[in-house]
Amino acid sequence: MGDRHYVAAPADALRIEPLGELTAIFDRRSMQTHLVVSPIPEILEAMGPEVCDARALAQRLAARFDLEAEGDAPAIVADRLAELAAMGLVAEA
Amino acid sequence: MRYAARIAVGPVQFRIGSDWPEPVAALESLYAGYPKDPERTADATVRLFAARPWRRWLRPSVHIGGDFVVPDALPLPLSMGLLAAEMGMNLQVALGWRRHMLLHASAVARDGRAVVMSGESGSGKSTLAALLGEGDWRLMGDEFTLIDPVAGDALAFPRAISLKNEAIAEMAGRVDAARLGPLLAGTPKGDIRHLIPRADAIAAMHQPVRPALILFPRFGGEPAIEPMGEGEAFVRLTEASTNYIALGEAGFAALTRLVRTTPAFGIAYPDSASGIALVEQLWAEAVR
Repeated sequence: MGDRHYVAAPADALRIEPLGELTAIFDRRSMQTHLVVSPIPEILEAMGPEVCDARALAQRLAARFDLEAEGDAPAIVADRLAELAAMGLVAEA
Repeated sequence: MRYAARIAVGPVQFRIGSDWPEPVAALESLYAGYPKDPERTADATVRLFAARPWRRWLRPSVHIGGDFVVPDALPLPLSMGLLAAEMGMNLQVALGWRRHMLLHASAVARDGRAVVMSGESGSGKSTLAALLGEGDWRLMGDEFTLIDPVAGDALAFPRAISLKNEAIAEMAGRVDAARLGPLLAGTPKGDIRHLIPRADAIAAMHQPVRPALILFPRFGGEPAIEPMGEGEAFVRLTEASTNYIALGEAGFAALTRLVRTTPAFGIAYPDSASGIALVEQLWAEAVR
Protein backbone atom coordinates (compact mmCIF):
# COMPACT_ATOMS: atom_id res chain seq x y z
CA MET A 1 0.00 0.00 0.00
CA GLY A 2 2.16 2.78 1.33
CA ASP A 3 5.35 1.63 -0.41
CA ARG A 4 4.42 2.45 -4.02
CA HIS A 5 6.63 5.16 -5.46
CA TYR A 6 5.46 8.06 -7.59
CA VAL A 7 6.92 10.89 -9.63
CA ALA A 8 5.28 14.25 -10.27
CA ALA A 9 4.38 15.50 -13.75
CA PRO A 10 7.08 17.58 -15.50
CA ALA A 11 7.11 21.17 -14.22
CA ASP A 12 5.45 22.66 -17.33
CA ALA A 13 2.83 19.91 -17.85
CA LEU A 14 0.16 21.14 -15.45
CA ARG A 15 -1.54 24.50 -15.08
CA ILE A 16 -3.04 24.67 -11.60
CA GLU A 17 -5.61 27.36 -10.77
CA PRO A 18 -7.29 27.53 -7.34
CA LEU A 19 -10.98 28.49 -7.65
CA GLY A 20 -12.27 28.88 -4.12
CA GLU A 21 -13.01 25.46 -2.63
CA LEU A 22 -12.10 23.70 -5.88
CA THR A 23 -8.86 23.63 -7.80
CA ALA A 24 -8.88 23.36 -11.60
CA ILE A 25 -5.92 21.58 -13.18
CA PHE A 26 -5.28 21.72 -16.93
CA ASP A 27 -3.05 18.92 -18.18
CA ARG A 28 -1.27 20.22 -21.28
CA ARG A 29 -0.34 16.68 -22.35
CA SER A 30 -3.89 15.28 -22.44
CA MET A 31 -5.68 18.68 -22.83
CA GLN A 32 -7.97 17.51 -20.03
CA THR A 33 -9.35 19.65 -17.22
CA HIS A 34 -9.45 18.07 -13.76
CA LEU A 35 -11.33 19.50 -10.79
CA VAL A 36 -9.97 18.47 -7.42
CA VAL A 37 -10.38 19.34 -3.76
CA SER A 38 -8.01 19.41 -0.80
CA PRO A 39 -5.67 17.59 -0.12
CA ILE A 40 -4.94 16.89 -3.81
CA PRO A 41 -3.42 20.35 -4.58
CA GLU A 42 -1.35 20.17 -1.38
CA ILE A 43 -0.04 16.72 -2.30
CA LEU A 44 0.94 17.91 -5.80
CA GLU A 45 2.69 20.92 -4.33
CA ALA A 46 4.58 18.80 -1.79
CA MET A 47 5.93 16.48 -4.49
CA GLY A 48 9.35 17.57 -5.61
CA PRO A 49 11.10 16.52 -8.79
CA GLU A 50 12.37 13.32 -7.16
CA VAL A 51 10.56 10.01 -6.70
CA CYS A 52 8.70 9.76 -3.40
CA ASP A 53 6.22 7.57 -1.56
CA ALA A 54 3.17 8.17 0.62
CA ARG A 55 5.07 7.97 3.89
CA ALA A 56 7.61 10.62 2.85
CA LEU A 57 4.86 12.86 1.49
CA ALA A 58 2.82 12.50 4.68
CA GLN A 59 5.85 13.70 6.64
CA ARG A 60 6.29 16.72 4.35
CA LEU A 61 2.60 17.59 4.64
CA ALA A 62 2.72 17.16 8.43
CA ALA A 63 5.56 19.67 8.60
CA ARG A 64 3.42 22.28 6.78
CA PHE A 65 -0.14 21.54 7.88
CA ASP A 66 -1.89 20.52 11.07
CA LEU A 67 -1.52 16.81 10.38
CA GLU A 68 -0.11 13.79 12.21
CA ALA A 69 2.59 12.19 10.09
CA GLU A 70 1.82 8.82 11.65
CA GLY A 71 -1.61 7.24 12.06
CA ASP A 72 -3.98 7.42 9.06
CA ALA A 73 -2.08 10.06 7.09
CA PRO A 74 0.21 7.77 5.02
CA ALA A 75 -2.75 5.56 4.02
CA ILE A 76 -4.86 8.60 3.01
CA VAL A 77 -1.99 10.07 1.00
CA ALA A 78 -1.43 6.65 -0.65
CA ASP A 79 -5.10 6.53 -1.74
CA ARG A 80 -4.91 10.07 -3.16
CA LEU A 81 -1.68 9.25 -5.01
CA ALA A 82 -3.35 6.22 -6.58
CA GLU A 83 -6.23 8.48 -7.73
CA LEU A 84 -3.78 11.04 -9.12
CA ALA A 85 -1.99 8.25 -11.01
CA ALA A 86 -5.34 7.09 -12.44
CA MET A 87 -5.99 10.68 -13.66
CA GLY A 88 -2.52 10.77 -15.20
CA LEU A 89 -1.39 13.69 -13.02
CA VAL A 90 1.40 11.68 -11.35
CA ALA A 91 3.14 8.55 -12.58
CA GLU A 92 4.12 5.42 -10.75
CA ALA A 93 7.90 5.20 -10.62
CA MET B 1 -27.84 26.21 -53.94
CA ARG B 2 -30.78 27.86 -55.65
CA TYR B 3 -31.53 30.49 -53.02
CA ALA B 4 -29.00 32.06 -50.71
CA ALA B 5 -28.62 34.77 -48.08
CA ARG B 6 -25.66 36.28 -46.27
CA ILE B 7 -26.21 37.41 -42.70
CA ALA B 8 -23.78 38.84 -40.14
CA VAL B 9 -24.66 38.23 -36.49
CA GLY B 10 -22.01 39.59 -34.13
CA PRO B 11 -18.62 38.40 -35.41
CA VAL B 12 -20.08 35.53 -37.46
CA GLN B 13 -20.78 35.88 -41.19
CA PHE B 14 -23.26 33.21 -42.29
CA ARG B 15 -24.04 31.97 -45.75
CA ILE B 16 -27.38 30.19 -45.88
CA GLY B 17 -28.30 28.24 -48.97
CA SER B 18 -31.68 26.66 -49.54
CA ASP B 19 -33.51 24.55 -52.10
CA TRP B 20 -36.63 26.68 -51.47
CA PRO B 21 -37.19 30.45 -51.55
CA GLU B 22 -39.37 30.64 -48.41
CA PRO B 23 -36.75 30.15 -45.64
CA VAL B 24 -34.37 32.60 -47.34
CA ALA B 25 -37.12 35.20 -47.75
CA ALA B 26 -38.10 34.80 -44.08
CA LEU B 27 -34.47 35.21 -42.99
CA GLU B 28 -33.95 38.27 -45.19
CA SER B 29 -37.02 39.84 -43.63
CA LEU B 30 -35.90 39.13 -40.04
CA TYR B 31 -32.33 40.27 -40.69
CA ALA B 32 -33.09 43.21 -42.99
CA GLY B 33 -31.75 45.71 -40.43
CA TYR B 34 -28.43 43.94 -39.84
CA PRO B 35 -25.21 45.29 -41.39
CA LYS B 36 -24.42 43.72 -44.76
CA ASP B 37 -20.99 42.94 -46.16
CA PRO B 38 -21.46 40.83 -49.29
CA GLU B 39 -17.71 40.87 -49.97
CA ARG B 40 -16.82 39.19 -46.72
CA THR B 41 -16.07 35.46 -46.74
CA ALA B 42 -18.56 33.34 -44.84
CA ASP B 43 -17.41 31.92 -41.51
CA ALA B 44 -20.21 29.37 -41.40
CA THR B 45 -22.33 27.76 -44.07
CA VAL B 46 -25.84 26.40 -43.55
CA ARG B 47 -27.58 24.32 -46.18
CA LEU B 48 -31.28 23.55 -46.20
CA PHE B 49 -31.84 20.83 -48.70
CA ALA B 50 -34.38 18.34 -49.92
CA ALA B 51 -33.66 14.70 -49.19
CA ARG B 52 -34.68 13.68 -52.75
CA PRO B 53 -35.09 16.05 -55.68
CA TRP B 54 -38.89 15.54 -55.91
CA ARG B 55 -39.27 16.32 -52.21
CA ARG B 56 -38.80 19.96 -53.09
CA TRP B 57 -42.43 19.90 -54.24
CA LEU B 58 -44.06 16.82 -52.74
CA ARG B 59 -44.54 17.17 -48.94
CA PRO B 60 -41.35 19.21 -48.88
CA SER B 61 -39.15 18.44 -45.90
CA VAL B 62 -36.10 20.46 -44.97
CA HIS B 63 -32.83 18.77 -44.04
CA ILE B 64 -30.21 20.85 -42.23
CA GLY B 65 -26.63 20.64 -43.40
CA GLY B 66 -23.47 22.70 -43.54
CA ASP B 67 -19.88 22.55 -42.37
CA PHE B 68 -21.02 20.44 -39.41
CA VAL B 69 -23.84 17.94 -39.47
CA VAL B 70 -25.75 16.20 -36.72
CA PRO B 71 -26.53 12.82 -38.28
CA ASP B 72 -29.76 12.17 -36.40
CA ALA B 73 -31.34 15.61 -36.87
CA LEU B 74 -34.87 15.08 -38.15
CA PRO B 75 -36.00 17.01 -41.20
CA LEU B 76 -38.67 19.66 -40.62
CA PRO B 77 -41.67 20.49 -42.82
CA LEU B 78 -41.15 23.44 -45.15
CA SER B 79 -43.56 25.55 -43.07
CA MET B 80 -40.84 25.42 -40.38
CA GLY B 81 -38.04 26.31 -42.78
CA LEU B 82 -37.19 29.40 -40.73
CA LEU B 83 -36.73 27.23 -37.63
CA ALA B 84 -34.55 24.87 -39.69
CA ALA B 85 -32.41 27.85 -40.76
CA GLU B 86 -32.08 29.06 -37.18
CA MET B 87 -31.18 25.57 -35.93
CA GLY B 88 -28.61 25.28 -38.70
CA MET B 89 -27.06 28.65 -37.83
CA ASN B 90 -26.89 27.71 -34.12
CA LEU B 91 -25.36 24.36 -34.95
CA GLN B 92 -22.62 25.76 -37.18
CA VAL B 93 -21.61 28.28 -34.49
CA ALA B 94 -21.87 25.83 -31.59
CA LEU B 95 -19.72 23.22 -33.31
CA GLY B 96 -17.47 25.27 -35.53
CA TRP B 97 -16.55 28.56 -33.88
CA ARG B 98 -13.02 28.76 -32.46
CA ARG B 99 -12.18 32.47 -32.19
CA HIS B 100 -14.10 32.93 -28.94
CA MET B 101 -15.30 30.79 -26.11
CA LEU B 102 -18.94 30.17 -26.80
CA LEU B 103 -21.32 30.08 -23.85
CA HIS B 104 -24.87 28.84 -24.10
CA ALA B 105 -26.08 31.97 -22.34
CA SER B 106 -28.09 35.11 -22.95
CA ALA B 107 -26.60 38.51 -22.18
CA VAL B 108 -27.55 42.15 -21.79
CA ALA B 109 -25.31 45.17 -21.33
CA ARG B 110 -25.48 48.59 -19.72
CA ASP B 111 -22.73 51.22 -19.34
CA GLY B 112 -20.20 48.97 -21.07
CA ARG B 113 -20.70 46.02 -18.72
CA ALA B 114 -22.57 42.77 -19.25
CA VAL B 115 -24.86 40.43 -17.35
CA VAL B 116 -24.40 36.90 -18.66
CA MET B 117 -27.29 34.50 -17.95
CA SER B 118 -26.64 30.80 -18.43
CA GLY B 119 -29.26 28.09 -18.17
CA GLU B 120 -30.97 25.19 -19.80
CA SER B 121 -33.91 25.57 -22.11
CA GLY B 122 -36.86 26.57 -19.90
CA SER B 123 -34.74 28.52 -17.39
CA GLY B 124 -36.14 31.74 -18.81
CA LYS B 125 -32.75 33.18 -19.79
CA SER B 126 -34.04 34.07 -23.25
CA THR B 127 -37.25 35.75 -22.04
CA LEU B 128 -35.39 37.67 -19.33
CA ALA B 129 -32.90 38.97 -21.86
CA ALA B 130 -35.69 39.89 -24.29
CA LEU B 131 -37.59 41.80 -21.59
CA LEU B 132 -34.48 43.59 -20.31
CA GLY B 133 -33.60 44.42 -23.92
CA GLU B 134 -36.88 46.33 -24.25
CA GLY B 135 -35.93 48.48 -21.25
CA ASP B 136 -32.71 50.41 -20.73
CA TRP B 137 -30.44 47.46 -21.47
CA ARG B 138 -28.75 46.53 -24.71
CA LEU B 139 -29.66 43.01 -25.76
CA MET B 140 -26.47 41.11 -26.62
CA GLY B 141 -28.05 37.75 -27.35
CA ASP B 142 -30.74 35.37 -26.22
CA GLU B 143 -28.90 32.10 -26.86
CA PHE B 144 -25.12 32.49 -27.20
CA THR B 145 -22.56 34.82 -25.64
CA LEU B 146 -18.97 34.86 -26.86
CA ILE B 147 -15.99 35.45 -24.58
CA ASP B 148 -12.78 36.83 -26.05
CA PRO B 149 -10.10 34.43 -24.75
CA VAL B 150 -7.39 37.12 -24.79
CA ALA B 151 -9.16 40.22 -23.48
CA GLY B 152 -11.84 38.46 -21.41
CA ASP B 153 -14.58 40.66 -22.90
CA ALA B 154 -18.06 39.45 -23.79
CA LEU B 155 -19.18 39.80 -27.39
CA ALA B 156 -22.75 39.93 -28.61
CA PHE B 157 -24.47 37.41 -30.83
CA PRO B 158 -27.83 39.16 -31.27
CA ARG B 159 -29.62 36.77 -33.60
CA ALA B 160 -33.38 37.19 -33.87
CA ILE B 161 -34.76 36.26 -30.44
CA SER B 162 -36.54 32.93 -30.44
CA LEU B 163 -39.68 33.51 -28.33
CA LYS B 164 -41.31 30.30 -27.21
CA ASN B 165 -44.83 29.50 -26.01
CA GLU B 166 -45.95 31.88 -23.20
CA ALA B 167 -43.14 34.32 -23.96
CA ILE B 168 -44.74 35.07 -27.34
CA ALA B 169 -47.81 36.73 -25.83
CA GLU B 170 -45.71 38.37 -23.10
CA MET B 171 -43.53 40.13 -25.68
CA ALA B 172 -46.13 40.67 -28.42
CA GLY B 173 -47.99 43.09 -26.15
CA ARG B 174 -44.86 45.23 -25.67
CA VAL B 175 -43.30 45.56 -29.11
CA ASP B 176 -44.18 46.90 -32.53
CA ALA B 177 -45.72 44.06 -34.58
CA ALA B 178 -43.27 44.86 -37.37
CA ARG B 179 -40.49 43.43 -35.16
CA LEU B 180 -42.16 40.00 -34.95
CA GLY B 181 -41.66 37.18 -37.42
CA PRO B 182 -44.32 34.68 -38.46
CA LEU B 183 -45.81 32.37 -35.82
CA LEU B 184 -44.35 28.87 -36.15
CA ALA B 185 -46.98 26.78 -34.36
CA GLY B 186 -46.45 23.24 -33.14
CA THR B 187 -42.73 22.92 -33.79
CA PRO B 188 -40.73 20.25 -31.90
CA LYS B 189 -39.93 23.08 -29.41
CA GLY B 190 -43.56 24.25 -29.14
CA ASP B 191 -44.80 27.52 -30.64
CA ILE B 192 -42.02 29.84 -31.80
CA ARG B 193 -42.07 33.43 -32.96
CA HIS B 194 -38.97 35.49 -33.67
CA LEU B 195 -38.43 38.98 -32.32
CA ILE B 196 -36.03 41.30 -34.13
CA PRO B 197 -33.75 42.99 -31.57
CA ARG B 198 -33.97 46.77 -31.25
CA ALA B 199 -32.00 48.75 -33.82
CA ASP B 200 -29.61 50.08 -31.13
CA ALA B 201 -28.73 46.51 -30.09
CA ILE B 202 -27.95 45.57 -33.69
CA ALA B 203 -25.95 48.77 -34.27
CA ALA B 204 -23.83 48.09 -31.14
CA MET B 205 -23.31 44.37 -31.78
CA HIS B 206 -19.57 44.71 -32.40
CA GLN B 207 -18.87 46.57 -29.15
CA PRO B 208 -17.17 44.29 -26.61
CA VAL B 209 -18.16 44.71 -22.97
CA ARG B 210 -16.64 43.57 -19.70
CA PRO B 211 -18.69 40.88 -17.88
CA ALA B 212 -19.93 42.25 -14.55
CA LEU B 213 -22.28 39.50 -13.39
CA ILE B 214 -22.92 35.84 -14.19
CA LEU B 215 -26.39 34.54 -13.38
CA PHE B 216 -27.83 31.05 -13.50
CA PRO B 217 -31.59 31.65 -13.64
CA ARG B 218 -34.16 29.00 -12.71
CA PHE B 219 -37.80 29.65 -13.51
CA GLY B 220 -40.19 28.59 -10.73
CA GLY B 221 -40.32 28.76 -6.94
CA GLU B 222 -40.01 31.68 -4.57
CA PRO B 223 -37.59 34.47 -5.49
CA ALA B 224 -34.15 33.44 -4.24
CA ILE B 225 -30.52 34.45 -4.67
CA GLU B 226 -27.74 31.92 -4.07
CA PRO B 227 -24.16 33.19 -4.24
CA MET B 228 -22.05 30.75 -6.22
CA GLY B 229 -18.38 29.96 -5.63
CA GLU B 230 -15.79 30.26 -8.38
CA GLY B 231 -15.42 26.49 -8.60
CA GLU B 232 -19.11 25.77 -9.14
CA ALA B 233 -19.45 28.61 -11.65
CA PHE B 234 -16.43 27.19 -13.51
CA VAL B 235 -17.98 23.71 -13.65
CA ARG B 236 -21.35 25.03 -14.82
CA LEU B 237 -19.81 27.22 -17.51
CA THR B 238 -17.67 24.38 -18.87
CA GLU B 239 -20.96 22.51 -19.27
CA ALA B 240 -22.59 25.57 -20.86
CA SER B 241 -19.76 26.06 -23.34
CA THR B 242 -20.05 24.30 -26.68
CA ASN B 243 -16.36 24.70 -27.56
CA TYR B 244 -14.51 24.70 -24.20
CA ILE B 245 -12.71 21.42 -24.96
CA ALA B 246 -11.83 22.46 -28.52
CA LEU B 247 -10.17 25.66 -27.27
CA GLY B 248 -7.74 23.76 -25.03
CA GLU B 249 -5.66 25.86 -22.64
CA ALA B 250 -7.02 29.13 -24.09
CA GLY B 251 -10.51 28.07 -22.96
CA PHE B 252 -9.22 27.02 -19.54
CA ALA B 253 -7.47 30.37 -19.07
CA ALA B 254 -10.49 32.36 -20.28
CA LEU B 255 -12.91 30.55 -18.01
CA THR B 256 -10.74 30.66 -14.87
CA ARG B 257 -10.29 34.39 -15.38
CA LEU B 258 -14.00 34.92 -16.01
CA VAL B 259 -15.13 33.20 -12.81
CA ARG B 260 -12.42 34.92 -10.73
CA THR B 261 -13.26 38.40 -11.94
CA THR B 262 -17.05 38.10 -12.17
CA PRO B 263 -19.43 37.42 -9.26
CA ALA B 264 -21.87 34.55 -9.93
CA PHE B 265 -25.30 33.80 -8.50
CA GLY B 266 -28.07 31.28 -8.95
CA ILE B 267 -31.46 32.97 -9.01
CA ALA B 268 -34.94 31.46 -8.77
CA TYR B 269 -38.02 33.47 -9.75
CA PRO B 270 -41.73 32.75 -10.15
CA ASP B 271 -42.49 35.32 -12.88
CA SER B 272 -40.72 37.69 -15.25
CA ALA B 273 -41.25 40.79 -13.08
CA SER B 274 -39.51 39.24 -10.07
CA GLY B 275 -36.76 37.85 -12.33
CA ILE B 276 -36.06 41.33 -13.67
CA ALA B 277 -36.11 42.77 -10.14
CA LEU B 278 -33.49 40.22 -9.02
CA VAL B 279 -31.26 41.05 -12.01
CA GLU B 280 -31.52 44.79 -11.27
CA GLN B 281 -30.79 44.24 -7.56
CA LEU B 282 -27.70 42.10 -8.21
CA TRP B 283 -26.55 44.49 -10.93
CA ALA B 284 -26.76 47.45 -8.54
CA GLU B 285 -24.63 45.55 -6.00
CA ALA B 286 -22.12 44.33 -8.61
CA VAL B 287 -21.37 47.73 -10.18
CA ARG B 288 -21.49 49.73 -6.95
